[in-house]
Amino acid sequence: MNTTKFSLITLAVGALVMVFAHWVNVDYLYFASYTILQFIVLATAWNILGGYCGYVNFGSAAFFAIGAYSSVALHKFDALVDDWFPESVGVILHAIFPLPIPLLILVGGLVSGLVGFGMGYLTLRLRGSFFAIATLALAVVLQTLVVNWDYVGGSRGAYIIRPEQLEFAGITINYIEYLFGLMLLLAVIALVTARTIERSQLGFGFATIRDDELAAEASGVPTLQLKLIATTLSGAFMGMAGAPFPYYIGYLQPSSAFGLEYAVNSIAMPMIGGTTSWIGPLVGAILLGSAQQYATVTISSAVNLLIVGLMLVAFVIIAPNGLVGLVQGWRRTWRKP
Amino acid sequence: MDISFSLLINAIAAGLLLGAFYAAVTAGVSISFGMLDIVNIAHPAFIILGSYIAYFFNINYGVDPILISILALPAFYLLGAAVYQVYYQSFEKRGQESLRGLAFFFGLLFVTEVSLILVFGVDYRYVEAAYIGPSIQIGIIDVPLRMVVPCVVALVLFGAIQLFVTRTFIGRAIMAVSQDQMALQLMGVDPIKIKRVAFGISIATAAVAGALLIIIQPIEPSVGREYIGRVFAICVLGGLGSMPGTLIAAMLLGVVESLTATFYGPSWAPAVAFGLLLLTLAFRPAGLMGR
Repeated sequence: MNTTKFSLITLAVGALVMVFAHWVNVDYLYFASYTILQFIVLATAWNILGGYCGYVNFGSAAFFAIGAYSSVALHKFDALVDDWFPESVGVILHAIFPLPIPLLILVGGLVSGLVGFGMGYLTLRLRGSFFAIATLALAVVLQTLVVNWDYVGGSRGAYIIRPEQLEFAGITINYIEYLFGLMLLLAVIALVTARTIERSQLGFGFATIRDDELAAEASGVPTLQLKLIATTLSGAFMGMAGAPFPYYIGYLQPSSAFGLEYAVNSIAMPMIGGTTSWIGPLVGAILLGSAQQYATVTISSAVNLLIVGLMLVAFVIIAPNGLVGLVQGWRRTWRKP
Repeated sequence: MDISFSLLINAIAAGLLLGAFYAAVTAGVSISFGMLDIVNIAHPAFIILGSYIAYFFNINYGVDPILISILALPAFYLLGAAVYQVYYQSFEKRGQESLRGLAFFFGLLFVTEVSLILVFGVDYRYVEAAYIGPSIQIGIIDVPLRMVVPCVVALVLFGAIQLFVTRTFIGRAIMAVSQDQMALQLMGVDPIKIKRVAFGISIATAAVAGALLIIIQPIEPSVGREYIGRVFAICVLGGLGSMPGTLIAAMLLGVVESLTATFYGPSWAPAVAFGLLLLTLAFRPAGLMGR
């Protein structure tokens, strides 16, 4: 199946999901599935670096929060225009701000991508474990910065009043449906990107790094360059997933934007689904995401995080190639009895 | 001028005391990451576990936290040996330590933290002992005893580890396994057994470090995450596997953090370690006393 065909099919599936959701039209469904879609984007983004290149990023929450907080910063900017600029400039700025969410997603992606690039440039030339440690510490430091940054609300957090509805070309749509649609589109784009990378020269380059970096370098693969591409892309998608989050949640505080569940889920989902292909993170995100939505409502959020952690440990020990690996193994034994 | 001078001296003194404590926290990672090349990011979680064990026995039975940690050493050693066994069988033997091994330790870190939240909640907990509260005055320097006692214990622990790795047979074998595993095997020593012992010791130090931590500050389960950046920054800055280097780096970080907290506010302190880590990785990845 070529890329065009795959993109069309994924888009069609996305459209079907959208139509189905519109038909059911229950607000809770939008809220719950938005979270799952967000995890599909995060898991796919993590997998571009972790699964394809073999470099572990523990800082998914940091990249996610960069996206979320760049939206908050731009949202707050609108209120400051009158204080900062003369009226003539203010009129123009008021026409531009507040930026529509698709643009905020692009900005969030850009900022996160840049941070990913910078982190990668400083640490990827060294052994792989240094990068992992640096990403782990990145989350702590960025959280420190945000807590000390009063403009975006500091440790008190920031309120973002979400409009009830959105007028678009004469049609009025529910705002949460709009957010849901955007996240759905983002998930489709992330999946198509991941699959395209997988089958391109870039993907083969990534795979050589994962399998034997020294041999790859010796055969002339520009490893640092490829790793930087992967880090930037992966960071950018995580930022994009985070950008609409303040509008979704309505009240953003550092501990929710840097929440542990993003760091652990974006690793656990690909690991449980399977890291070698685009379908692994998708399966992992849908299964774990829905299970968590269910468990949060019925049990408690702490217990459900414990279950995710235990599953992560169990899967990396027992089924190193995830669910996809297990299914492939069964199919092989079926064919060759 | 006079006030700020005494403030400076006091900040440096507090930083040195804090640094000695950081050295105890890092000692375990210096063994596992520095010598065995096992990226045990779950180490701070074991430290917090040690803190909660000290808390539990101190509050319920009134035992001194440091005494508890010494009694807990064998249990932590066995825990460490067991974790290494799982790690070796599942990852190191198959050559998968880079991706899945890291995810494994991340999972352990996470499971430990969430379990502690479920058992003890997210309230800050503290211990009670005679040396928590009073402070001593030396000239213009005013030091609280709850910093001095951990500093002394930390230095004793650190000295004991240094003597152990340089003077005993097993200690030298650990140094050897960090340099050339194959050569050690040819000498008739089982490298896996040596690594298991070393990893057990590294986790055992977490029991003591945990007790020291809860003496210094009240803790809650997620405090451990702040220490991930610190321990690895110290470990890398000191030079992997170098115990004297680790001690110097820990003192350095302690002083810089204490100065930052005094002059810019304590909320900035967590960022210092990371900045130091990035600078080290960018300019001198081998560390201060690296090989």
